[in-house]
Amino acid sequence: MTTTTPTSHNTHRFSTKRFLADNGALVGLVVLSLLLFIATPAFLTGQNILNIGIQASTIAILAFGSTFAIVAAGIDLSVGSVAALGAMASAWMFTDANLPGWLALLAGLLTGLVVGAVNGAANAYGKLPSFIATLAMLSVARGLTLVLSDGTPIKTPPIVSFLGSNIGPIPVPIIVLVLAALVASFILNRTVIGRSMYAVGGNAEAAELSGINVRRIRVIVFALSGLFAAVAGLLLAGRLDSAQPQAAVGYELDAIAAVVIGGASLMGGYGKISGTLIGALVLVVIRNGLNLLNVSSFWQQVVIGLVIALAVGFDVIRRKTRSS
Amino acid sequence: MKSMLKVTLATASAALLVIGLVGCNRTPAADNGAAAPMKVTLSLSTLNNPFFVEVRDGAKAEAKKLGVQLDILDAQNDSATQANQLATAASNGSKAVIVNAVDSDAAGPGVTALNKDNIPVIAVDRTVNNAKLASFVASDNVAGGMQAAELLAQSIGEKGSILVLQGVAGTSASRDRGQGFAEGLKKFPGITVVAKQTANFDRATALNVATNLLQAHPDVVGIFAENDEMGLGAIQALGNRAGSDVKVVAFDGTDDGLKAIKAGTLVGTIAQQPGNLGKLAVQQAVKAIKGEPVDATIPVPVVSVTSKNVDEFLK
Repeated sequence: MTTTTPTSHNTHRFSTKRFLADNGALVGLVVLSLLLFIATPAFLTGQNILNIGIQASTIAILAFGSTFAIVAAGIDLSVGSVAALGAMASAWMFTDANLPGWLALLAGLLTGLVVGAVNGAANAYGKLPSFIATLAMLSVARGLTLVLSDGTPIKTPPIVSFLGSNIGPIPVPIIVLVLAALVASFILNRTVIGRSMYAVGGNAEAAELSGINVRRIRVIVFALSGLFAAVAGLLLAGRLDSAQPQAAVGYELDAIAAVVIGGASLMGGYGKISGTLIGALVLVVIRNGLNLLNVSSFWQQVVIGLVIALAVGFDVIRRKTRSS
Repeated sequence: MKSMLKVTLATASAALLVIGLVGCNRTPAADNGAAAPMKVTLSLSTLNNPFFVEVRDGAKAEAKKLGVQLDILDAQNDSATQANQLATAASNGSKAVIVNAVDSDAAGPGVTALNKDNIPVIAVDRTVNNAKLASFVASDNVAGGMQAAELLAQSIGEKGSILVLQGVAGTSASRDRGQGFAEGLKKFPGITVVAKQTANFDRATALNVATNLLQAHPDVVGIFAENDEMGLGAIQALGNRAGSDVKVVAFDGTDDGLKAIKAGTLVGTIAQQPGNLGKLAVQQAVKAIKGEPVDATIPVPVVSVTSKNVDEFLK
């Protein structure tokens, strides 16, 4: 994902300001990594890189879903709860309804898709702002997770636990992360639906006039967001060998932060999967680095908040550069 | 016309909602009228945590035994929600209220209001500040922390580097356990705490934090987690090192924690007895209602659980 090269050899004049504005998150990630590399020898080791990849997988996949929503000028606040519900549904189907593991896995994914579609329908047809529709779902989905689990963790089927294991030296979460990134990127860039998301996010009325079924796109956007959330939830459950009722509480904020750090605009119409991936890596690298340096947890929250503020600052500069 | 219809519909649904709410409120009060069972309200900080689920189950079982009607409310870790619940308890015919405070200070005003109505209040697990409590039922977290230090020290031969996974920053459980653990460690000068980081009492967070810390300190021989959930996350991070070259000691004695002791991945846990907390709280409530003397504090002992005695705790 780091194949972005400056276009200095083109006929366009190379502008440092523009480069910084377009690749702020990437530059930030590189600077951060360099600083940590200097600060602690434990940072740049093969195992730690893998650790970062594994830890980024959950946030990044949630954030891919959120990228769809944000590109289409919506927001999905329910992803953390939906992740927990998807995983819990799967574990419940396996343990309590005695479904075979693979079917339970599919049921978990389907739960995410359906719950997401409900969000989308409430937004597109029920005329609820996505902020409200998904805020409601945040509560509903968490409640259903608690109902299913009765407040205690449930063991996951072996196929879900496999998601948290390794194939040879390579952790499965990283493989899933790469696949999810490729799929999300393909949807957003190479499909009519994906391109329509940009159009809807840029200007919904213009999109409608140009023949895009805006409502249908909105339903698909949130359904996809729910599906990606379920994938992330199953991954997290796999790593813990159990579906936790309190899994992924507050992760929606991480997901949104990752998308914003990655350069998407909350106004809609702009955002990239590669950016979101970098955004998620920035968050995880910060947490990893602060752990390695044994920084007090009180300060960790301060640092993460500042990074988000900085990233949004970049967003403002970027929009100015683009419009000039 | 269309907007008229909308207004009518909205009014109608609002009216229905009100009727529904009133209806809900009335039923238990009506039950209470004709020599119905004693009603006690239990407001729990959260049911989103196996520990409090066990408190609830213990309370429920005891209530059934004593013929008490127990209303169980979940404050979802929100002090404001809890304040509302306490206010409701004052008006719905509860003879006593058991409160597991979301926050010891924030619950004060709600409990004071109950004091004014002469409804006895029993605090469970966390105390309530600036209000009158009939009784406070809790495990001794500081003593538990000291016991945990002892357990961990013994299992690693009283020397080496260890990690501490802390709970939610600023909570009394985390403070007390951490304090007890630090005091307990003073007896063992050979042990150094090389890193202390929070994992928010959460298993997934602990998995990440422990993984990161093990990267920075590959030579650790022990981990103390301030609750079982984090201990289990650390065990997941350790993989097959758990129980062999790195010993983990946790706190709470939840089902999953006990299973991990049985499996040999967790050396020990300090079992609070959440079921007993709930049970004793209901007993105190009944005593208070009947006007029998009630002890101001009921310390519920914490127990060190290891592979030796784990079977007594596993259900």
